[in-house]
Amino acid sequence: MEAYLDNSATTRCYEEVKDIVVRTMMEDYGNPSAMHLKGVQAENYVKEAAKEIAKTLKVQEKDIYFTSGGTESDNWALIGAALANQRKGKHVITTVYEHAAVSAPAAWLEEQGFEVTRLPVDEKGSLSLNELQEAVREDTILVSAMYVNNELGAVLPIEEMGRLIKEKNPETLFHVDAIQAYGKYRIFPKKMKIDLLSASSHKIHGPKGAGFLYVGDKVKIQPLILGGGQQKGMRSGTDNVPGIAGMGAAARIIYERLEENTAHMQELKEYFAGELYKLEEVEINGPDPSAGAPHILNVSFLGVRSEVLLHALEEKGIYVSAGSACSSHKRTGSASMRAIGLSPQRKESAIRFSFSEFTSKEELDYTLEVLRELLPLLRRYARK
Amino acid sequence: MYKAFLIKYAEIAIKGKNRYIFEDALVQQIKYQLKNVEGDFRVVKEMGRIFVYPQGEYDYEEAVEAMKRVFGIYGICPAVVLEDQGFEQLSKDVADYVKRVYGEKALTFKVNTRRNKKSYPMQSMEVSSELGGVILEACPNMKVDVHHPQVTVNVEIRNKIYLYSENIPGPGGMPLGTNGSAMLLLSGGIDSPVAGYMIAKRGVTIDAVYFHAPPYTSERAKQKVVDLAKLVSRYAGPIRLHIVNFTDIQLYIYDKCPHEELTIIMRRYMMKIAEAFARQDNCMALVTGESIGQVASQTIHSLAATNEVCTMPVFRPLIGFDKQEIVDVALKIQTYETSILPYEDCCTIFVAKHPVTKPNIQVIRKSEERLQEKIEDMLKEAVETAETVICEAQ
Repeated sequence: MEAYLDNSATTRCYEEVKDIVVRTMMEDYGNPSAMHLKGVQAENYVKEAAKEIAKTLKVQEKDIYFTSGGTESDNWALIGAALANQRKGKHVITTVYEHAAVSAPAAWLEEQGFEVTRLPVDEKGSLSLNELQEAVREDTILVSAMYVNNELGAVLPIEEMGRLIKEKNPETLFHVDAIQAYGKYRIFPKKMKIDLLSASSHKIHGPKGAGFLYVGDKVKIQPLILGGGQQKGMRSGTDNVPGIAGMGAAARIIYERLEENTAHMQELKEYFAGELYKLEEVEINGPDPSAGAPHILNVSFLGVRSEVLLHALEEKGIYVSAGSACSSHKRTGSASMRAIGLSPQRKESAIRFSFSEFTSKEELDYTLEVLRELLPLLRRYARK
Repeated sequence: MYKAFLIKYAEIAIKGKNRYIFEDALVQQIKYQLKNVEGDFRVVKEMGRIFVYPQGEYDYEEAVEAMKRVFGIYGICPAVVLEDQGFEQLSKDVADYVKRVYGEKALTFKVNTRRNKKSYPMQSMEVSSELGGVILEACPNMKVDVHHPQVTVNVEIRNKIYLYSENIPGPGGMPLGTNGSAMLLLSGGIDSPVAGYMIAKRGVTIDAVYFHAPPYTSERAKQKVVDLAKLVSRYAGPIRLHIVNFTDIQLYIYDKCPHEELTIIMRRYMMKIAEAFARQDNCMALVTGESIGQVASQTIHSLAATNEVCTMPVFRPLIGFDKQEIVDVALKIQTYETSILPYEDCCTIFVAKHPVTKPNIQVIRKSEERLQEKIEDMLKEAVETAETVICEAQ
């Protein structure tokens, strides 16, 4: 049996997505910028995708810009917004446990003379709204925060954050890295006061190599990729039609049965966590299973190094992520693990299980069965 | 412009009656390396020299790079081949050649003539001095220096005339296949690929054994070793890599023996397994990347303790190397980048905080007695169930 429990890394494409990707590669393969009919046909796929995505967010389709994926969207949001607004101030706020796609450009901005405040989170991965409010200043041009933490499944109160930020400084832009949240939550940028929102296609059963950045109406952002002037000069480069069309289809499908699917994942997660608690020396990291994102569960199996357990599970056809991928020589752990102050024992043994609508109870039962068998064996041979 | 490469080999030239064996092996290896280069090549032995003749169009850079990987070659001289059409024509051709290769550069030079075709109307010395004059006239910036010239223009008069002045250094060593074969203990580290390279350089063909310990070592760690074997095979020819599942043996030792002796005992069994494969593959020696004192298992005491179980000679070409010297070779043969990928290997997974550095052989043997019940069967099974992959450079 195979159990793919690494859906926060990437997901399997929907059948329908596959079909549209193939169609845009084999039949309607024109360049959307071309003047002829073949180009127009291709352009229609891009327009259709923008419309479908805009609908899920209740925004205008002209505000959707296509990128090569989540990392580009995040980079663009941070660097593009900071550069375009630096005359208003040079202060940027983010959190301690952002994905590298946000934390690395934030560090780059710091090198360029921007000031970056990184808000702490508590041991469950929650953020203090008071601290956020205090951190926003007159010269704060941007707050960037993730909706769902990719490793722990912690969920930030985006709507309250948006409100607080704008109350304190209406000029401050609010960027949300929604890469783990888009397709799991109904996100409405207008209502939540979100100015910039990043999402990725392959996390929602779309193809890899595509993503988008929502840029609110009057939001000033500088393009980072210059060239032929595609997408109103904001993001040059020939549109990745198969990727964009596939992402559009995936967005439509995933939002069609969103509540049903997330309820399914939440139920699975709570069931799985409950069964795990029955095993010895198991700790759940981050938010309680009843809270947190429906598709992410981070668990430490004390006394078993995550890499070893990952490979042992792999031998049984079970695919998961290690909380901290590291060799024996380097045990720094990930930013998220450090952020919530996990003990070294918990950090070393953390495994992330992540689900999708395709995940079944049978897969989880099989995983539990394998864990019950493996854990005692692996614990016996610990590094002394 | 270069219609031939004259291949220089130093060490082979001093071999006695067996010289032809070495020369034939060298020809074979040159052919093998040129197989994947764009163009056709004829490789021939001619009067104590090996010549490579490209047939028509070919990729010069690629051809030179390929030959630079052939052990036994000390120098690769790209040569211009001329028909003998009289001395006047030769003078013109030599002047053209020097102008083309060195242009306006101010260099010192001399002309060195070898006259294999004794019927040529002029003597070597005479040819050299006349051509020297021709070059001086054609390239006013060049100066003659017969003692320490920067450029030596070689003129070899055979049935045709060969003109060359460049000598691209080869790797040296002995042609592969002239010195039997050996079994390399290949880990994912920096040292063992270098050790394999160095032994292969002496003409020894290499097979290898890798100890895989799933789930403690990953599929990527295994792939890395396959990749390393392929990199080494660019020099050493196809390598038969035996991938041994070592987990059960390791855990058995872990269960039965003192923890600080684990690494030493484990290495002793690795040697035994490697020797079993060596016998299978008709290898006459083992090769490891050990260097004295590098880690606890490579102190002189530890080396003695691991060596003790072997009946075959164990070659340790890096024994006196410092780490940096090993890294330098790894960089040169381009295994370094792959070696430093951070996947755990089976030697470090259970390593004790303070492993023994001066193991006492009597004590180690005593500990090993606790393994008596199952170890022989386990070793046999490890050898029998190993996966064998032929690693060849693409």
